[in-house]
Amino acid sequence: MSGIPHDHYEPKTGFEKWLHSRLPIVGLVYDTIMIPTPKNLNWMWIWGIVLAFCLVLQIVTGIVLAMHYTPHVDLAFASVEHIMRDVNGGYMLRYLHANGASLFFIAVYIHIFRGLYYGSYKAPREVTWIIGMLIYLAMMATAFMGYVLPWGQMSFWGATVITGLFGAIPFIGESIQAWLLGGPAVDNATLNRFFSLHYLLPFVLAALVAIHIWAFHTTGNGNPTGVEVRRGSKEEAEKDTLPFWPYFVIKDLFALAIVLLIFFAVVGFMPNYLGHPDNYIEANPLSTPAHIVPEWYFLPFYAILRAFTADVWVVQLVNWLTFGIVDAKFFGVIAMFGAIAVMFLAPWLDTSSVRSGRFRPMFKWWYLLLVIDFIVLMWVGARPTDFPYDWISLIASAYWFGYFLVILPLLGVIEKPTTPPATIEDDFNAHYGNH
Amino acid sequence: MLKKLAITAITTLTLSASSLYAAGGEQHIEDVAFSFEGPFGTYDQNQMQRGLQVYTEVCSACHGLKFVPIRTLGDEGGPSLPADQVRAYAKQFDIYDPEKDEDVPRKPTDHFPTSADPNAPDLSLMAKARIGYHGPYGTGLNQLFNGIGGPEYIVSILNGYTGEEKEEAGKTYYENHAFPGGWISMPPPLFGEDVEFADGSSNELEKEAIDVAAFLMWTAEPKMMDRKKSGFIAVILLTMLSVLLYATNKRIWAPVKQRAKDETSGES
Repeated sequence: MSGIPHDHYEPKTGFEKWLHSRLPIVGLVYDTIMIPTPKNLNWMWIWGIVLAFCLVLQIVTGIVLAMHYTPHVDLAFASVEHIMRDVNGGYMLRYLHANGASLFFIAVYIHIFRGLYYGSYKAPREVTWIIGMLIYLAMMATAFMGYVLPWGQMSFWGATVITGLFGAIPFIGESIQAWLLGGPAVDNATLNRFFSLHYLLPFVLAALVAIHIWAFHTTGNGNPTGVEVRRGSKEEAEKDTLPFWPYFVIKDLFALAIVLLIFFAVVGFMPNYLGHPDNYIEANPLSTPAHIVPEWYFLPFYAILRAFTADVWVVQLVNWLTFGIVDAKFFGVIAMFGAIAVMFLAPWLDTSSVRSGRFRPMFKWWYLLLVIDFIVLMWVGARPTDFPYDWISLIASAYWFGYFLVILPLLGVIEKPTTPPATIEDDFNAHYGNH
Repeated sequence: MLKKLAITAITTLTLSASSLYAAGGEQHIEDVAFSFEGPFGTYDQNQMQRGLQVYTEVCSACHGLKFVPIRTLGDEGGPSLPADQVRAYAKQFDIYDPEKDEDVPRKPTDHFPTSADPNAPDLSLMAKARIGYHGPYGTGLNQLFNGIGGPEYIVSILNGYTGEEKEEAGKTYYENHAFPGGWISMPPPLFGEDVEFADGSSNELEKEAIDVAAFLMWTAEPKMMDRKKSGFIAVILLTMLSVLLYATNKRIWAPVKQRAKDETSGES
């Protein structure tokens, strides 16, 4: 399975040989968990395990919550309160599930930014990156629909605003919106289909995760130097790698335990801190909340959506060029999806011959700015749209596109990278050896 | 590099947070040191019973608690009324029985009534639904650092009336420092000495407001004490697990790191 030479499973007993010739499942598991892994992986490589844990946590708690939840506009809110008050441990299940979504996104954002810094998206790992981006999209869809289910004020109005984005598509938008909602407005039909899809998508996610792992088990893991594992012989490869079990399983589990320590402290002592208090008010189509704010993990892209208003010259130009078909609202929608689309294209936009940011003196600073930009977008996404927030969100949005579309392609040409170590072994020995 | 990044990110967040914090909010919310704040905070049973009394004798004239089953008044960690008192309490509210086609007294398994006044919001979850009104700027930092949350909002509303009134489109509004916008349609519900507490506690306006706010925190989050206990056990267990895994990890990697030392001992 892996391109790195290593020992494979050898069936020994009669039964093992019998099974192996019919279904080589033990060999598959063996090869998967014994995969040669670069021994210089740092602590940024632990988030994959955290993410796998999150998916399992969300599916397990979600399945039990679904046993007690009622997807009907008149009963949904009350059924959530029933879970909180009457179901044994129901409050814990629900708080684990709600905060589990936040942990999932914290982990996925660190995981993505890890990839952006160490050039994990570059050849030959483009497919791993693209599958990862699809996972991220599926996560966003799942989280959005899950947030609608408690049928609080933010559930209802968030669903109204976000599905309204599709209504901004010229000519066919309103039909698409009605098709998504199952009617002219967010109502029982919407709640039912969101519940159905919220239950379905995690299993699509699980399949994508399997493909994601399959893809990077084929190319081998990246690592902080960006130098590939030597593959000339098994002996050579073994100097650069260690088997995933036990070295990285134990290391990852240790990191996971620390992350869960913080997670359970949040769930136990401040479970509502990351949620919006308005969602403890039952949905009321006749009363619009003063500020409709998405969950924190959507805020950066929500900020990009709102940044492009009708008085921005780019928007006016596009509007004029398209004979008014692309108005400010539709431009915002394009920008929001475009902000994710440019991440998909990162493998081809980055022209640098060096993979890891560790050896790219100029890239480091632009990357740091991107991280700050992301945090600024997240903050400004929850602010009102008046001055100075309109300017902040516009500049921050422009930098997001500028980083991917201008800076990444240019840096590869003008930057002079430093020299990475010759091998992973050298890097490891330089770190842990006698120096 | 990443260490530097993390430090920069944290510093940026802290700085922006503290500048926001200094700016303050437009509403005036007083901090109250409730017994249930902090990781080890618990509900005070006597305060729950006093709050229940204020709710029953004053608030319930207009506001309901439709998500709260009356039987939970007997649960540990809340007002913890004895079973006979819970039954007696339930009886004072009627409920429509579709089989008999008439109103019958409620049983402990029934919920509290819905709001008697259709314009009065249900109070079951009010203490959680108002947390975010405590800024600054909706960041909830006051909640994080000072424990200022929904119960404080309720106390401030009940204490926040100035006595000013105005008429608008046939409706009377009352000036209130704690309410967003400064004018609320609810007439002042408490004036002090509205109820007589059996335990002889003070029935000043501030004390009544604090007691009923604490009770409403319980109606919003009745399982808070169980939750904190679970959280505490989880933290203890995960700390032990982390220590064990740390030691295991260190031991597994020791020979690998030793080999790196041995291989490089001749160099440099």
